[in-house]
Amino acid sequence: MTTKLIVDCSTGITTEVELTAEEIAEREAMAAEYAVQKAQEEAEAAAKAEAKAQLLDRLGITEEEAQLLLS
Amino acid sequence: MATTYEIIDSITLGSDQASVTFSAIPATFTDLKVVFSTRTNRANAIDGLGFYFNGDTTAARYTSKVLIGNGSSALSNSANPSNDEGIFTTGDGSTANTFGNSEIYIPNYAGSNQKSSSIDSVGEYNATTVRMNIAGTLYNQTTAISSITFIPITGTTILTNSTFYLYGISNA
Repeated sequence: MTTKLIVDCSTGITTEVELTAEEIAEREAMAAEYAVQKAQEEAEAAAKAEAKAQLLDRLGITEEEAQLLLS
Repeated sequence: MATTYEIIDSITLGSDQASVTFSAIPATFTDLKVVFSTRTNRANAIDGLGFYFNGDTTAARYTSKVLIGNGSSALSNSANPSNDEGIFTTGDGSTANTFGNSEIYIPNYAGSNQKSSSIDSVGEYNATTVRMNIAGTLYNQTTAISSITFIPITGTTILTNSTFYLYGISNA
């Protein structure tokens, strides 16, 4: 049983409420959406790093030397 | 001298919870501050916490700009505090008994303006690395904030012994 906790600041009473099926589905959907988003971000970052490494390799310079050229 | 910094309510979780909500927040203060120490059940060293106001989970109403550091590099990005990593915390794959620490400051929460807030948070591993962030967020609705809900982003529960403290700040 998964529950959520509600603290009523007007009374100080804390209530533990069982999640509804809709709330469980909503949380699962949000988590799945986030996982997909993070996977896309990580794939994009990896592709960018790979492209950068290949370019440096073609130019025959190190990253430090490239930064020096741009400074 | 008037009390200008007052605890409204607090909770220490006695069992794992899918979310934690402060409801019926009085509109009698100038600003709000939430201080929390949390760990989620995600089987990873790090997790995010999301938060939303007044039970409003409409993601398009929340925006955030985040500066992130991990001890070796830094980056800045846009996030959504209601369903993204606006707040870092510790996952259950990290060192035992460590908890992430965070604060949210919400100025003029009972006013009729859109609601901004600032965050600082750290996912503590007690190991060789750490992840931390500072963020500025906006909730683009003008209704006074009367409730705040926290949810884990990737994990499904906030773990036992996590703590939440809600403070009211008065300007006089």
